Amino acid sequence: MVTKETQVAYWKENLTYIVILLGIWFVVSYLFGIILADFMDGFKVAGFPLGFWFANQGSEVTFVILIAVYVKLMNKLDQKYDVHER
Amino acid sequence: MSILAWTWIIVGLSFALYIGIAIWAKAKTTGDFYVAAKQVHPVLNGMATGADWMSAASFISMAGMIAFLGRDGAMYLMGWTGGYVLLAMLLAPYLRKYGKYTVPMFVGERYYSQSARVVAVMCAIFVSFTYVAGQMRGVGVVFSRFLEVDINVGVMFGMAIVFFYAVLGGMKGITYTQVAQYCVLIIAYLIPAIFISIMLTGNPVPQLGYGSSLSENGMALLGTDGGYLLDKLNGLHQELGLAAYTGRGGQSMIDVFMITFALMVGTAGLPHIIIRFFTTPTIKGARSSAGWALLFIAILYTTAPAVAAFAKLNLIRTVQNKTYAEAPSWFKNWEKTGLLAWKDKNNDGKIQFAKGEAFKGKIAFAKDEAGKVMTGKFGERVVSTPVVDSANELYIDRDIMVLANPEIAKLPAWVIALVAAGGLAAALSTAAGLLLVIASAVSHDLIKNVMAPNTTEKAELMYARIAAGGAVLVAGYFGIHPPGFVAQVVAFAFGLAASSFFPVIIMGIFWKRATKEGAMLGMISGILFTAAYIIYFKFVNPSANVAQNWLWGISPEGIGTIGMVINFVVMYGVSKFTKEPPQHVQDMVGSLRFPRDVK
Repeated sequence: MVTKETQVAYWKENLTYIVILLGIWFVVSYLFGIILADFMDGFKVAGFPLGFWFANQGSEVTFVILIAVYVKLMNKLDQKYDVHER
Repeated sequence: MSILAWTWIIVGLSFALYIGIAIWAKAKTTGDFYVAAKQVHPVLNGMATGADWMSAASFISMAGMIAFLGRDGAMYLMGWTGGYVLLAMLLAPYLRKYGKYTVPMFVGERYYSQSARVVAVMCAIFVSFTYVAGQMRGVGVVFSRFLEVDINVGVMFGMAIVFFYAVLGGMKGITYTQVAQYCVLIIAYLIPAIFISIMLTGNPVPQLGYGSSLSENGMALLGTDGGYLLDKLNGLHQELGLAAYTGRGGQSMIDVFMITFALMVGTAGLPHIIIRFFTTPTIKGARSSAGWALLFIAILYTTAPAVAAFAKLNLIRTVQNKTYAEAPSWFKNWEKTGLLAWKDKNNDGKIQFAKGEAFKGKIAFAKDEAGKVMTGKFGERVVSTPVVDSANELYIDRDIMVLANPEIAKLPAWVIALVAAGGLAAALSTAAGLLLVIASAVSHDLIKNVMAPNTTEKAELMYARIAAGGAVLVAGYFGIHPPGFVAQVVAFAFGLAASSFFPVIIMGIFWKRATKEGAMLGMISGILFTAAYIIYFKFVNPSANVAQNWLWGISPEGIGTIGMVINFVVMYGVSKFTKEPPQHVQDMVGSLRFPRDVK
């Protein structure tokens, strides 16, 4: 049974996911790729200075993973609260 | 077979394919025309979105920008991908639940106001035309470079083909041609990158290759000792007196931050991208489709920095301190197009690339009385453009980094032809997506809803076709007579989308209390601020367009971020003090949040 309360709970859980995932979105691009990039460049993985890598490729790869995780989480959440499409 | 023959064959085949798809996917209803009857599989929609998004600029120019901007160039890579995360989490699923055809329609209904809708229509049309003019020009440029026809003839070709599938097939035709165009453009981008990566590092994955160390073969080709490729590149930059390749470029951190942010929220606010998510069959599909779109885009965007690094390394090693006679053949080929030029400033007979500009303004070659291009004592073309007093003798157009790649890697003629087809696919697919936004804004939002609500379905479909046709003609006109400001107004498109649509849609979904008055004043103040700032620095007083004069050091390209904040703040404040939205609107907002309606 879907009630007003469960609807509110569904929406809250969705918002929590969004806040956490967008937090990671901010960290990999704006922190690692821009603000802390010079510091990160001090570390090297293979031939890549890390700040440079996050700016050029790391953020993009992380973005793809973030969406995939969100899709998975929301599909589960839709089922849990019985608001999925039939 | 010659490069030219190969190019005609491959471009011809790709065009035949697009036309074939258009006939197969003819639109029968307005639903077909606006949203492909909401029957597009999420993966295919992801591919179509990828082609829709990646324009001539992404395909041809981006790697070159990265190669010359140091680490700052990555703001385009992050900015043009990060918006998809926002789309997937904050916009796409909810707008798909809303389920109607256009972005202005959502704005109008959510804010219970025809005026809000009309403002949104104007923004959508302005943003889309700004963009599409550049695409048509891109088509002409690719035609003229690879197929040796006049730029204007190239634009006509492009117009004819877009006219055919956009007018006939609407969203349905566009979607399936975009899927084909994605395949063409990604193959065309990857093949040269993979070959060069193998040549230089032995690693077949270019994304990893440019962080690897040089192979025996690569060392021999470049005439250097071994070590990591990026270290080599940094070393060469140091020798030439340039800033480190992987280090900070010339822009301030706050500006890079603001530009990246404006590009991200601008992406998420661009109508031709948003409407792609109206075409999936389900809300679940709209979410996953954003993920697929970003994956397909990221395949190209993670290759671009590799292409940039390979090309820059190749360029410096094969050209620096060589005589003109020793310079590779691609150097001479691209010199003919004016994308490359050399003047022996220090009279040592050798080519030197160094810090700063080599010439002042657009490159022109000196001609004799018969109109033939004059050549200097080494056989090089004589540049008539005034020189800058610097050690740099070489002008390199940034587009060369992608266009000359196959030749630099000595790849067969058909690969070069493929790059031409790829560039055309990128430009045409983006143009078509934009034209559809214009067509649906005119036929659905203006004619059907504001001017003549009694229009029948059949008549509306006809208006949509006429509007699409008209938009193609206008776009073609701008392609042939490019307004001098095309490059300048791209900042406009993103700034406007960031400061208008993005906040209005986000607040519309996430805050039931957002009111009509709040939205209108928010949009207007956001747009006015952003537009005034850009117009002042780009058109009114371009000489003042330097960092000291900018507000907090933010360039016109990044100011959309501040415009967005203003919009949010004004909308919040005004909404608090105005009457709350009617119950049916609040109910609608509530229902957007749940994939299935529950009572």
